[in-house]
Amino acid sequence: MTELWAWVLIACGIAYATKMAGYLVPDSVLDRPWVATVSTGMTVGLLTSLVVANTFVTGTAVVMDARVAALVAAAIALWLKAPYLVVVIVGAIAAALARVAGF
Amino acid sequence: MGLSISVAVGLYGISFGALAVAAGLSVWQAVALSALMFTGGSQFAFIGVLSGGGSLAAAATAASLLGLRNAVYGVQINALLRPRRAVRPLQAHLTIDESTATAVAQVSADERRRGFWAAGVGVWVLWNLFTLLGALLGERLGDPAAWGLDGAAVAAFLGLLWPRLTNRDAHAIAIAAAFVTLVAVPLVPPGIPIILAAAVSAAVTVAQHRRGA
Repeated sequence: MTELWAWVLIACGIAYATKMAGYLVPDSVLDRPWVATVSTGMTVGLLTSLVVANTFVTGTAVVMDARVAALVAAAIALWLKAPYLVVVIVGAIAAALARVAGF
Repeated sequence: MGLSISVAVGLYGISFGALAVAAGLSVWQAVALSALMFTGGSQFAFIGVLSGGGSLAAAATAASLLGLRNAVYGVQINALLRPRRAVRPLQAHLTIDESTATAVAQVSADERRRGFWAAGVGVWVLWNLFTLLGALLGERLGDPAAWGLDGAAVAAFLGLLWPRLTNRDAHAIAIAAAFVTLVAVPLVPPGIPIILAAAVSAAVTVAQHRRGA
């Protein structure tokens, strides 16, 4: 088995254990307001970091390239309440066009 | 409600499948994530860290942190539906944003149970079918950048984040996370900035909660 397969399965195992914990751990441990609050806040932070990393980062350098066009185009599509798949396609087209234009 | 959610979410699978292959996964690794991890945000995080050059351990860590909210959903569903012991292992696997949202939106216990299973099973089937379709398409596309697939990844993450930016606290967390990511990128190995951003977000959230309490 390759290392990639191993990590795919490890991550899947952790995801399942996390879900199962909600059913097995006594309510008193997880059913506290701050647990839900922190998990909600951390979800926002992780997704923001993924947006920023996928837009402005190449390796360990901060760069501006065609992906910025995708970010702007996707934001406009979301603001116009476009469906998710449309937002993703708009992002792809914007990046492809910006690259053709030389960015 | 269960059906419309299932159809909408099934369509996200195309994006995930294509981006997973672009990030270096095989078609079957992409499908394995959808079948076994089965929680969209975490799956996108896994491939998002890999496509940015991060290590496999960092990808798994980011995915696991994003999956923490599923434990909170499990507590809610366990309290609402009071499932039998034998059903719990399967019910846990189907505990995600969509099935939880569908269940809590219903009024009677029967409707809640029906809503949870309709959304959970419906999303699982479509999510996997469309992941496979997207992965096969992605394999045929070749160079991801030429097709703007890196731009699609940016849009995919923004699309997941957007509906969560509903109040000032969320905006503050997003700004802090963006700042930490940009500052950390040149200083630490790829994949680590997202873990740091998660830690800072948790700290900011606790501070906001204390202030509010």
